[in-house]
Amino acid sequence: MNIIPLFVAVPLGAAFILVLMGKREIASDVIVNLATLCLAILSLVLIPFLKNNNGVFVYAMGMWFPPKGINLVLDGLSLFMLIVVNTVAFFISLYSIGYMKRFTAKSRFYSLFMLMLAGMNGVVLTGDFFNLFVFLEIASIASYALVAFGVEAEELEAAFKYMVMSSIASVLILFSVGLLYGLTGSLNMADVAGIIQGENNLLLSFSLILFLVGFGLKAAIIPFHAWLPDAHPSAPAPISAMLSGVLIKALGVYTIIRIFFNVYGMTTQLSWTLMILGVISMISGGLLAIRQEDFKRLLAYSSISQIGYILVGLGCGNYWGLIGALFHLLNHATFKSLLFLNSGAVEYSTGTRKLEEMGGLSKVMPVTGATSTIGSLSISGIPPFNGFWSKLFIIFGLVQAGHFIITALTVLVSVLTLAYYLKVQRFAFFGRLREKWAQIKEVPKVMCVSMIVLAIICIGTGILFYPLMKTILEPAVAVLQEGTKYSILILGG
Amino acid sequence: MLFFLSFVVFLIGLYCVATRKNLLKIVMGIVIMEYAVNFFLILLGYRMGGVAPIVTEGVKEAKFVDPLPQAMVLTSIVISIATLAFIVAICIRIYQRYHTFDVTEIRRLKG
Repeated sequence: MNIIPLFVAVPLGAAFILVLMGKREIASDVIVNLATLCLAILSLVLIPFLKNNNGVFVYAMGMWFPPKGINLVLDGLSLFMLIVVNTVAFFISLYSIGYMKRFTAKSRFYSLFMLMLAGMNGVVLTGDFFNLFVFLEIASIASYALVAFGVEAEELEAAFKYMVMSSIASVLILFSVGLLYGLTGSLNMADVAGIIQGENNLLLSFSLILFLVGFGLKAAIIPFHAWLPDAHPSAPAPISAMLSGVLIKALGVYTIIRIFFNVYGMTTQLSWTLMILGVISMISGGLLAIRQEDFKRLLAYSSISQIGYILVGLGCGNYWGLIGALFHLLNHATFKSLLFLNSGAVEYSTGTRKLEEMGGLSKVMPVTGATSTIGSLSISGIPPFNGFWSKLFIIFGLVQAGHFIITALTVLVSVLTLAYYLKVQRFAFFGRLREKWAQIKEVPKVMCVSMIVLAIICIGTGILFYPLMKTILEPAVAVLQEGTKYSILILGG
Repeated sequence: MLFFLSFVVFLIGLYCVATRKNLLKIVMGIVIMEYAVNFFLILLGYRMGGVAPIVTEGVKEAKFVDPLPQAMVLTSIVISIATLAFIVAICIRIYQRYHTFDVTEIRRLKG
């Protein structure tokens, strides 16, 4: 059953066909939604498949076996990321049917979207460093184009800023890949992990730092975050949802996890680095978010803050910390895409992103209002919703590891999160309806459907967190806890 | 020694990106960085007195250069060309909107 390459092949093929579609918008709507639906279903089908294969499956491309050839590795962590990426991508493509009517060249948009998806699936699946770099660049270049899609002055400025910083990140990553090749003579992640184990070499640490900076730039951790608050709000809303919800995680956080946990192996210094970066991102992202007037910009800063939570959980390193971090990654993908889709819906109907110009929109846009309330409550960690559980697990982990100051800060930032989402709710959706918004209508039905389903996922994963943990989160955490035994698993199996 | 040189070229590129105010000069800085890394990769595969790695009968004992970094450099050049083409296109669009190449004047986004 070799369906793993399909995760790259289907979106690449769809991207190619979509370019040929030209003005045939309905056909391209159908193609893009079929492709993403297929991928979402395939990723779910893989859950029992992986279980039968003892949690790891290696596909050698063109029958060139590792360590010589390029291999695709499916394990618990990759599968978890595939499910997150492809499910969110499906709802976003559904939403785009309605939203992208405002733009010309819809099929070009879809084509870039599919390229980005192909790149992300490739990054998540690959077991080879250089291949990782290539997929990373595919996803990045597609995302530059998508940020600049509106070709207005602000969008171009944001895209330029994003491109410069992200290109530097790519160059640093390539440099580091070269260094590793020079040191070990191999590009296969598992092989490299086997060779560098136990070695302590200055150049090795240097390559580690280059990776940290490179992927940190891609993940927008705080000292490297400057592009994110410009780039994410400037893109069209479905793409903001994709960038904030999935791209920074697949390109930044996932790669950090894979390389630090499975290739280099976690050390105390490294986990402290992650934890400190996480705390800084968490606090400053939150503080910067609270004074934003622009709806999407506020959401973008909030993404930085939530990425901080994930890093703190990862740095903490025990079972609860890791499971909390991965669960928060999943949850952030759902509620942040939901909130960005809400902001897109508001922009679609009213034409503004300024919070103070809105007010009382719940009365005229009931679906958007209700789903955004669910999203806000989830992200602030109110009990029955999913955000509560993941934050609780991270806090468990921190307490268990004895980091009480960081625990206190985590709880405080959670309150801060609640504060700025209450601000969103208060300004945009509650209160008195303004005269000029009295005539606006709810957004088209396809957009509503995608927002409603995402909101249901937010509630569903909150209530059914236990079966979810058992089926997809625990295999992923097991991969992290194996650490550098990864190399033996891949090359031996 | 040459490895050190490639690192110096890399730092020159980084300095150029960090300090220049002209959009196109920033782009050039990125390109210099990319070339420095390509140079580094080529150096990794170079063997003094090596020959092209074509295995035929009779040349089994010859000293080969490592072909893998060369393949990597080809790929990375293609990728950097794509990025460069796109970034220059963005620069032209920015010039049409703002009528300047000076980054200090292209500042509508803040906060």
